[in-house]
Amino acid sequence: MLDNNSGKIYSVNGNMITVQFDTFVTQNEIAYAVLNDAKLKCEVIRVRGDKADLQVFEDTKGLKVGGLVEFTDELLTVELGPGLLTQVYDGLQNPLDSLAEQTGFFLQRGVYLPPLDRDTEWDFKSTAKVGDKLIAGDKIGSVLEGIYDHWIMLPFSFKGTWEITEVKPNAKYKVLDIVAIAKNEKGEIKEISMMQKWPVKIPIKCYKEKLLPEKTLITQQRIIDAFFPVATGGTFCTPGPFGAGKTVLQHALSKFAETDIVVIAACGERAGEVVETLREFPHLEDPKTGKSLMDRSIIICNTSSMPVASREASVYTAVTLTEYYRQMGLNCLLLADSTSRWAQALREMSGRLEEIPGEEAFPAYLESLIAGFYERAGLVKLNNGSTGSITIGGSVSPAGGNFEEPVTQGTLKVVGAFLGLSRERSDARRFPAIHPLESWSHYKSILAQEDIDYARETLSRGNEVEQMMKVVGEEGTHIDDFICYLKSEFLDFVFLQQNTFDKVDAATSEERQIFVFAKVLSILKSNFDFTDKDLARRYFAELRQIFTDWNYISDKTEEFRSHEVTLDNKVKEHSNA
Amino acid sequence: MRKVYHKIIHIAGNVITVEADNIGYGDLAEVTSRQGVSLAQVIRLEGKKVFVQVFAGARGISTNDEVRFIGEPMKVSSSENLLGRVFTGGGLPRDSKPAINDDLIEIAGPSVNPAKRIIPKNMIRTGIPMIDIFNTLVESQKLPIFSIAGEPYNEVLARIAMQAEVDVIVLGGMGLKYDDYLKFKNTLDDEGALSHTVMFVHTASDPIVECLLVPDMALAVAENYAIKGKKVLVLLTDMTNYADAMKEIAITMEQIPSNRGYPGDLYSQLAARYEKAVDFDGAGSITILAVTTMPGDDVTHPVPDNTGYITEGQFYLKNGRIEPFGSLSRLKQQVNDDTRSDHRDIMNTMIRMYSEYLETKEKQSMGFQLSNWDKKLIKYGAQFEDTMMNLSVNIPLEKALDLGWQILADCFDKSETGIKTDLLNEYWPK
Repeated sequence: MLDNNSGKIYSVNGNMITVQFDTFVTQNEIAYAVLNDAKLKCEVIRVRGDKADLQVFEDTKGLKVGGLVEFTDELLTVELGPGLLTQVYDGLQNPLDSLAEQTGFFLQRGVYLPPLDRDTEWDFKSTAKVGDKLIAGDKIGSVLEGIYDHWIMLPFSFKGTWEITEVKPNAKYKVLDIVAIAKNEKGEIKEISMMQKWPVKIPIKCYKEKLLPEKTLITQQRIIDAFFPVATGGTFCTPGPFGAGKTVLQHALSKFAETDIVVIAACGERAGEVVETLREFPHLEDPKTGKSLMDRSIIICNTSSMPVASREASVYTAVTLTEYYRQMGLNCLLLADSTSRWAQALREMSGRLEEIPGEEAFPAYLESLIAGFYERAGLVKLNNGSTGSITIGGSVSPAGGNFEEPVTQGTLKVVGAFLGLSRERSDARRFPAIHPLESWSHYKSILAQEDIDYARETLSRGNEVEQMMKVVGEEGTHIDDFICYLKSEFLDFVFLQQNTFDKVDAATSEERQIFVFAKVLSILKSNFDFTDKDLARRYFAELRQIFTDWNYISDKTEEFRSHEVTLDNKVKEHSNA
Repeated sequence: MRKVYHKIIHIAGNVITVEADNIGYGDLAEVTSRQGVSLAQVIRLEGKKVFVQVFAGARGISTNDEVRFIGEPMKVSSSENLLGRVFTGGGLPRDSKPAINDDLIEIAGPSVNPAKRIIPKNMIRTGIPMIDIFNTLVESQKLPIFSIAGEPYNEVLARIAMQAEVDVIVLGGMGLKYDDYLKFKNTLDDEGALSHTVMFVHTASDPIVECLLVPDMALAVAENYAIKGKKVLVLLTDMTNYADAMKEIAITMEQIPSNRGYPGDLYSQLAARYEKAVDFDGAGSITILAVTTMPGDDVTHPVPDNTGYITEGQFYLKNGRIEPFGSLSRLKQQVNDDTRSDHRDIMNTMIRMYSEYLETKEKQSMGFQLSNWDKKLIKYGAQFEDTMMNLSVNIPLEKALDLGWQILADCFDKSETGIKTDLLNEYWPK
C-alpha cells in the first residue's frame, strides 16, 4: 500500500518528528509513522521546504531516522452518527471500552478502533422524499438513539443544493449502510449513509443564523442561577486555584444542568475524576427523563498522562460532537476541564517548534485559539426554523491561582460569565467557592434583577463591615452595621453555599430557588430589634441552623411545610416586620 | 554484532552527540570512558546526529570514547527477588548483593486505560487524626506532602507507610541525603517491613540523570506487582529534586523555559508519573505518597503548583503539624460517608470553627476586646491544636471523632455548631 504520498523521518524530538516528504503535504493533514507493525498517528503542523514537522499523538519511543511516514491527505476528522451517546472516547475518538477489551489494562499505541460500532442496527425512518431539494444539514430521516430522535442529515460537507433521488425503505440499517442517494446541479451523484465525517478544527455552520442567547440555563446551583447565571447558548469559565472545587462544580453541572446533551471533555486532568463520572453516571437518573444520565452524555477523556498532542485535539473533538447534536435542534452543554491543560499542550508544541514565545512561554496565537473555541458556542436557528444551542463552560487552572495569566485573561475576554473560584472561600469550606463579589455574568437571572441587586448590596455592605471590624474591632462597630454583617453571612450560608454531597441540597430546582430566595430576601429586608451583639449573633446562628436544615428537606414533603412554619416563627421572635 | 561508535562530536552538560545510523528514539547505549562504563539514553535524533544522555554524567568523557547502542529502551527486572533489595536510579544494586536481570520489563510504559480503572473505595488508616478525619487517605490515591526543608516529612512518610496495610512498598528516593536514606532503611528494618520493600535510591551525590530514572523504575516495578493483584504503596521523596533535575537537563538541551526555568512540559512529565496511581478493575492497586518541598514555602512555585493540579490533594506540613488549610484529600468523599454518620459533619464543622478561631486570634493579637463568642473560639482553637493537630497522637478514626465531639461540647452550645439536628441528638456528649 505504498503510494507516492509518503516521506522519511529526518529527526525525532519528544513527540515531534520532522519528515522529509517526496511530493506534497497539506497543513494539518494526518499521517502515520510506521514502526514495525504499528502505525502511529501524526498531524502536520508546519512545513518548511521539503520537510514537514509533525506532532505525534503517541509515544515516539523506538522511531528511527529514515523510518517511513505515510500521508493520508485527510485532516483530523471525527465520525458523526448514531451511537455517539453513552460513549467514552479518548481525544482522537477512540472508544476506550472497546480498546480495553482488545488491549487490556494499558493503552497500546497505534491501536485505533472505529468510533461508531459498525454492527449495531438502527431503526431508520425516512422523512425526506424522492425529489426533495435539500442543503447540508437538512433532515433525511431519523433513528431513535436512547430517548432522542437522532437526525440523519445531508452531510455537512455537501455544498449547494442536492436532490434526493432515492430513499431506502424504513428498516434496520447499520451506520455504513446507504439510506439515501442524492444528486446535485452538476449531476454529481452521492450515496448517503448514517455516518459522516467532519474535520474537528472547522466549525459546523449548517444553520441560518446565530441568535442572542437569552434564556437562563437552569443548573440547579443557587449561586449560579440566581447570581451569576449562564444562558442557554452562552459561555462561561470557572478559573480557580487547585483545591478550590473546579472539578466538583463541573460534576454538579454535568449532573444537574437542565439540558438535552452533555459532552464532557476531560482534557489533561486526573484519570480518577473521569472514572468517577463514567462509573457513576450509568447509575444516576436524569430527573427529566427518568433514564440514566449516561444516556445523554458523551465523555471525551484525554487524561494528563495520555499523549499531549491528542490532548490538544480532544477539545476540538468534543466541540465537534457537540455541534453535531446541536444540528438536531437539541440544547447541548459542553464542559471542558481544563482549558489550561489544552493551552499547555499548545505551549509544549510551540516550544518544540522553537517559535518565539509570548507571555509565560505560551504561543502568541493562544488568545485567538481560545476565542475560536468559545465562539463555537451559541444559540442557532437551523435551516428548518427550529433552534439548537451549545453552552460552553471551561474550567481554567491558572498557575499559582493567579488570574493575571494568559489563559485566564484570554478566556475572560470572550466568555459571558465569570465564575471565579477563590482559595479564601474554599479554605473556609464555603462551597461552591464562587466568589460572590468578584464574579460576574452578562446573562439574565431567574430572579428579579432588583432583588438580586439588593442581595448583592447586602453582601458587599457585609463585606465592608467585616473589613471595618478587623480594624476597629467588634466593640467599635455600630449594632446596625453588625446586623448587616450577620445578614450577609446568613445569605452566604443558606443560599450561596450548597452542599453538593447531600442528596437534596445538591440540586435546587428553579421553582424552589425562587421560593426560598423570597424567604431569604424577606429576612434581609426585615428590621431586627437587637441591642446586644452576642444575642444577635446567637439568634442568627439559630436562624441559620433552621434554614440549613430546611435546605436538606425535599420540597415535596409535608416536613418542608412544617419546617417553614418553624422558620417563620423564629423570624418573628426578633423582627418587627 | 553491534556497531561501536568512536566519534563524539559534541558534549554539553550530560548530553553527548554522536553520528550514527538506525538508532531508535529512547534506546539505551553504553558509554565507556576512563570513568568506567555508564548507561545512556537517546533523547533526540536529528539526521545522522544522535543525542545521548549519559546517566553517570559526561564528566571525563573524551571525544574518542566508545559508544555502543544496545537497541532497546531502559528496562527493569520484575523478578520476585527484588523484595528487600536496594538499587540505584540506574537499576544497579546499591547493597552488596548481585544484580538482578531476569524478567525485564519496560519502564515508563503506556498509560492505563481509564475504562480499566475503578472508583477507589478503601480508606487507608494512618492513626493521625488530621489525616483520618479531615483528609482521609484512600487506596490508589496520589498525594504529596507539601513541606519545606527542615520539616519531618520523611518521618511522616515512613510512619504512614508503616501503618498502612499494603502488600508491597516501593521507595523511590531522589536527591536523598545519605542519612535520610539510612533512616528510611532502618525504620523499614525495625518494623520488619524491609522484606516486602523495594528501594530505588538516588542520593544527593549521585549523577543527576539517575535521579530522573528513579520514579519510572519505582513505578514500573509497582505496576508489575499491582497487575499481579498486590496492593502497592509507592513513596517518592523528593519530587522537587526530580523536577530540578528535569530543569537542569532541559536548560542544557537549550529548551525554551516556561516558568522560572522549568521546561514547558513540567506538568505533563509530573502527571505521567503521578497518574500511575491506580485501582485496577480486577487486579491490585498503586497508592503514591510523595514529598514535594516548596522552595521558600511558596505554594505558587511551579513544582508544588503543577503538582497540586495533578495529585488528588496534598498534605501541607508546617511547623511539625499537618495544616488544615491547604491540606486536602480529594478522594475523602469516596470513603468518609461509610465510616460513621458523623464523620463529614465533624470534619466540616471543626475546620470551619478553626478558621473562625484564626480570625479571632488575629483580632486578639491586635488588642481588640473579645466577645463571649471570641472567648469560646480561643478555647476551642487551643484544644484543637493540642489534640487533633498533634502529630504524636495516634488513635483510630472512631476515637478521634469522639474526641471531636468532646471538644465541641466543651467549648460551644449545640446550636452554635451548625450541625444537623439529628446528628446532634445522636452524638452530642450527654
